[in-house]
Amino acid sequence: MDSTYIFLQNYWWFLVSLLGAILVFLLFVQGGNSLLFRLGRTDEERTLLVNSTGRKWEFTFTTLVTFGGAFFASFPLFYSTSFGGAYWLWMIILFSFVLQAVSYEFQSKLGNLLGKRTYQYFLVVNGVVGPVLLGAAVATFFNGSNFIVDKVNMTDRMMPVISSWANGWHGLDAFGDPWNLILGLAVFFLARLLGNLYFINNIRDNELIPRCRRQLISDAVPFLVFFLAFVIRTLLKDGFAVVAETGEIVMEPYKYFHNLTAMPVLLIVFLVGVVGVLYGLGMSIFKTSYTKGIWFSGIGTVLTVLALLLSVGYNDTAYYPSVADIQSSLTLANSCSSKFTLKTMAYVSILVPFVLAYIVYAWRAIDNKPITSKELKEDEHAY
Amino acid sequence: MLGSIDTSMIDWSRAQFALTAMYHWLFVPLTLGLAVIMGLMETLYVISGNEFWKRTVKFWMKLFGINFAVGVATGLILEFQFGTNWSNYSWFVGDIFGAPLAIEGILAFFMEATFVAVMFFGWNKVSKKFHLAATWLTGLGATISAWWILVANSWMQYPVGMEFNPDTVRNEMVDFMSVAFSPVAVMKFFHTVLSSWMLGAAFVIGVSAWYLIRKREKEFAVGSMKVAAWVGLFATLVTAGSGDKAAYQVAQVQPMKLAAMEALYDGGTGEPLTVVGDIKIPSMLSFLATRDVDGYVPGINNLLLGGYTLEDGSTALPVIEKMERGKKAVNALADFRQAKQEGDEAGMQASEEVIKANMPYFGYGYIQDPNTLVPNVWLLFWSFRVMVGLGMYFLAFFVVVLLVAWKHKLSKLTWLHWIALWSIPLAYIASQAGWIVAEVGRQPWAIQDLLPLNAAVSRLETGAVQTTFFIFLIMFTVLLIAEIGIMIKAIKKGPETTD
Repeated sequence: MDSTYIFLQNYWWFLVSLLGAILVFLLFVQGGNSLLFRLGRTDEERTLLVNSTGRKWEFTFTTLVTFGGAFFASFPLFYSTSFGGAYWLWMIILFSFVLQAVSYEFQSKLGNLLGKRTYQYFLVVNGVVGPVLLGAAVATFFNGSNFIVDKVNMTDRMMPVISSWANGWHGLDAFGDPWNLILGLAVFFLARLLGNLYFINNIRDNELIPRCRRQLISDAVPFLVFFLAFVIRTLLKDGFAVVAETGEIVMEPYKYFHNLTAMPVLLIVFLVGVVGVLYGLGMSIFKTSYTKGIWFSGIGTVLTVLALLLSVGYNDTAYYPSVADIQSSLTLANSCSSKFTLKTMAYVSILVPFVLAYIVYAWRAIDNKPITSKELKEDEHAY
Repeated sequence: MLGSIDTSMIDWSRAQFALTAMYHWLFVPLTLGLAVIMGLMETLYVISGNEFWKRTVKFWMKLFGINFAVGVATGLILEFQFGTNWSNYSWFVGDIFGAPLAIEGILAFFMEATFVAVMFFGWNKVSKKFHLAATWLTGLGATISAWWILVANSWMQYPVGMEFNPDTVRNEMVDFMSVAFSPVAVMKFFHTVLSSWMLGAAFVIGVSAWYLIRKREKEFAVGSMKVAAWVGLFATLVTAGSGDKAAYQVAQVQPMKLAAMEALYDGGTGEPLTVVGDIKIPSMLSFLATRDVDGYVPGINNLLLGGYTLEDGSTALPVIEKMERGKKAVNALADFRQAKQEGDEAGMQASEEVIKANMPYFGYGYIQDPNTLVPNVWLLFWSFRVMVGLGMYFLAFFVVVLLVAWKHKLSKLTWLHWIALWSIPLAYIASQAGWIVAEVGRQPWAIQDLLPLNAAVSRLETGAVQTTFFIFLIMFTVLLIAEIGIMIKAIKKGPETTD
């Protein structure tokens, strides 16, 4: 395989990982929603919370869609195998996001059929289900899934199916491995922490914000327990390695630990990310006037998740391993698009900084001052 | 051989995709149509400084917001269903099909998501001109999104710019420009987007007419109707022109779809166009399909049996022959894989040559019965007529509205108000009928001639797909009822009285 093709595969894995990392950061919308009834004790307070995340939900949603599209374009065998196989896992995630998408606009409107409370519960459901299941789905990148890939099946004219799931659970079997649930819970509590930090930055309310700060402590403890447990266990476990010469997949002791030591830049990014998360969190807990925690913890989240996702794809690692048939595991090389497509898409990706620039510009224009109940009462389009 | 794909599972997967697509298409055209009307109204506000236009655009923006959310939600499901329900498809053509979806996300969705927030929440936070730009950019984002998803859809109808790679067992893109700017995609874009403007215009005129019936908001209603009618008339003319060209393309690249649209079983030269029943326009079908009044148009039976002369002078193959050649291609692929495993270079080369020679018929290798290649004729025939008939109706409708506006009688003619109000559902019917023609007409192909549905589908249990189908059905129906309820309340409330 020529070096340009290998570079393009790695470049696209970087972009997909970056999108995944940004998506985890943007799950602050879900985390914030999961706290809707815990933090918001009055209707007015809940309105503030809904309107705060309501101005950002589209970014999370769009990042999810773009993450899917980019994965499809760059690693179509993953798209085919995971979505078509882990059917129920993805479908439940999608159902919850559909309910979330309409709930903002519908919840406070007259004639909404189901009543305000129901739509707010939908936001809570998405706030819990989205992060837990997305976290569990990412954990399968380290722990493996039950699928079989055989391209020769395309020549079977009666049953031409390339990827198939090895059991009838279609993705729900991910919860058979408690470590998948543990990362799911870590992502859930992280999303709640980020949601709280975002509220602290975005809302001015003398009763609500102290409550957000107190909630940080309640969520920080389980987050640290689940996250550290997952990371330590992952670094100590056997991983799915690719033999570079033959493409064969083998189990390698301490594979993910080796990946970080073999790629020290990733180790540094990971550690800087973790420190960033903890700094934003600590400052927001201990300094009552501090409102910038979301930026430190948010950027820290992006760096941490980016390092984890890169470590599962780079350095001859199978990023979507199969425990049903280890040789069916997906690697960057065996699941990617053609060189031509990756190259064409790489040209398109040059526009990404431009897209990021206008997002930042528009975000700042809208968020130039924190929202208040008074402002919402005067805003015709408030949710 | 381990077994065969459960046909009921394929049908449920089709039903689920059709359900999602049809619900999605209830919301998207209004987004596209209202976006341009809102953009024009806000431009009038910024140019004239007249607060009337600000109040007007804010009202339509409110309805836009209610509609937008459900469109976004149903769109998410559509994208992921390619993976969840059509996983074989996702690998077999993902190298080509994935690219437009990714570009759509990067270029269009972020533009929409970013500027829609400025549009809704930025009235008192950004300058007038920045807000106007945000409104237009929201519409532009939606339109760019339409471009790329229609590029993807057109590629399924007219696959170009790719080559089959037996080594990876998939089609791979070799010419991006021919995929991104295929003539079928260009026509489909203009036809689909401009017909959405028609729907948006019909919606604005219909809702405005309701105020006139109720003798409320006269100035607001008349102003909105005038802007919408101009948009509607322009859109109808472009839709008609692009529709004619799109139908001509269908005749060239999907002749079975055209034959089914016309319920033409036995074709010939100088074919008349059936309006309905026995009302026919002599030689018109030949002219529309070949640009020649004496041109030959094959019917369903001709297409199945072959034997007629094609434009390039060659003789059309019978379907049986295509199926045989498709089997040869599929079997040669198996031989190629076997030869590769054994390190037999000569065997690989020989198999590759057989694959190449028969590749245009590859998908026919998975067809078991030639009759399954005929789409639902009744549904296509009537959907096409409903679409075209309503298109002609709307041309007359927009002309009448503009003439009445010119005579300054827009607020007085109650009969026109009622017609306008009842034209709203007609616009939706026309729009849905158009997609039925496009999508039912290409059955049983996921990708024309290359991959039939039975070779595209995921391997799932029928019960799983049935369950998700009914969950979607209930969820989308409830959301649709809720949206209509909210819309009605918002319309009854009317535009804000103070800024």
